[in-house]
Amino acid sequence: MGDPRLRRRLRAGALIGVLTALLGFAIAVQVHANSSPDNLANLRDEDLIGILDNQNARADRLRQQIADLQRTLRQLTTSGDRSAAARRQASQQAAALAVLLGTVPARGPGVIVSITDPRTRLSGEDLLDVVEELRGAGAEAIQFGGVRVSTDTAFTGAAGSVRVGGTPVSPPYRVLAIGGAKTMDTALNIPGGVGATVRAAGGELRVAERSALTISAVRTLPAPRYAHPSGS
Amino acid sequence: MIPALALLAGLVIGLVLRPTVPSWLEPYLPIAVVAALDAVFGGIRARLDGVFDAKVFVVSFVSNVVVAALIVFLGDKLGVGGQLSTAVVVVLGIRIFGNAAAIRRKLFRA
Repeated sequence: MGDPRLRRRLRAGALIGVLTALLGFAIAVQVHANSSPDNLANLRDEDLIGILDNQNARADRLRQQIADLQRTLRQLTTSGDRSAAARRQASQQAAALAVLLGTVPARGPGVIVSITDPRTRLSGEDLLDVVEELRGAGAEAIQFGGVRVSTDTAFTGAAGSVRVGGTPVSPPYRVLAIGGAKTMDTALNIPGGVGATVRAAGGELRVAERSALTISAVRTLPAPRYAHPSGS
Repeated sequence: MIPALALLAGLVIGLVLRPTVPSWLEPYLPIAVVAALDAVFGGIRARLDGVFDAKVFVVSFVSNVVVAALIVFLGDKLGVGGQLSTAVVVVLGIRIFGNAAAIRRKLFRA
């Protein structure tokens, strides 16, 4: 260590070592930086233009896809709206049909008809006339006694043993009808009509108009045995 | 012997640490590496010729790196960085080839 020449040689060797180590380090770093796959900075202009073209084409394709998917979405949305509207219409129709067929209770303005028959001379046919008159005057739902009157309700039997749709009824009869109250009142009391028939039999027919009336009797719908929808 | 080991050690450190090059150094590092390689080849040739001098090697190494980086820096400022980089690499490459040829002649006598 005391020899100045040796010290100088050692210092020079250390310096050279440091420099070469730096060189090795720099080479490794540079090679590593250059081999990174996403390093666009080292690419030539032509390569960059090619990559740019590819990216543009890809962006165009993706934009096209977006437009297609948006169109599909619009179609599906509108068809969904259409089917929802159809469902709404169908359910309204079903509700109207249920009222007409008597499968659900109904409420609305109408009349309460009371018929007395002290001498029991009114036959099923006479009582059917009352219902027919109400129907003709636009009654939409009718309850005779405790029976909901519908398309296939039959009035059978002679005076004193009248059956409505199979259920025996006895006077005094009470008929509820929902519809135009004034019209039905007029129709029942028309000269020579059912009112006159009842009075001729010794009874009395009274009509009371109501602005709100509830028909609670319902009937179950028999499944059709012979007739089936023809599937137009 | 020491320089070869140091070079290897530097390579290993660089491979293990995997540092990212700071962006301001990015244009200069490749040129600096080529310039340093030129100095190293010159040193090897001088050693084989028996005229190696540590001081000369250190000065040539540092000045080579600094001048090469300066040229590239100047070229960047003048807007001809790419071309000047190419020029520096070509010149240094020719010198490296010349030194390598001299080393080859010394080693293999051919």
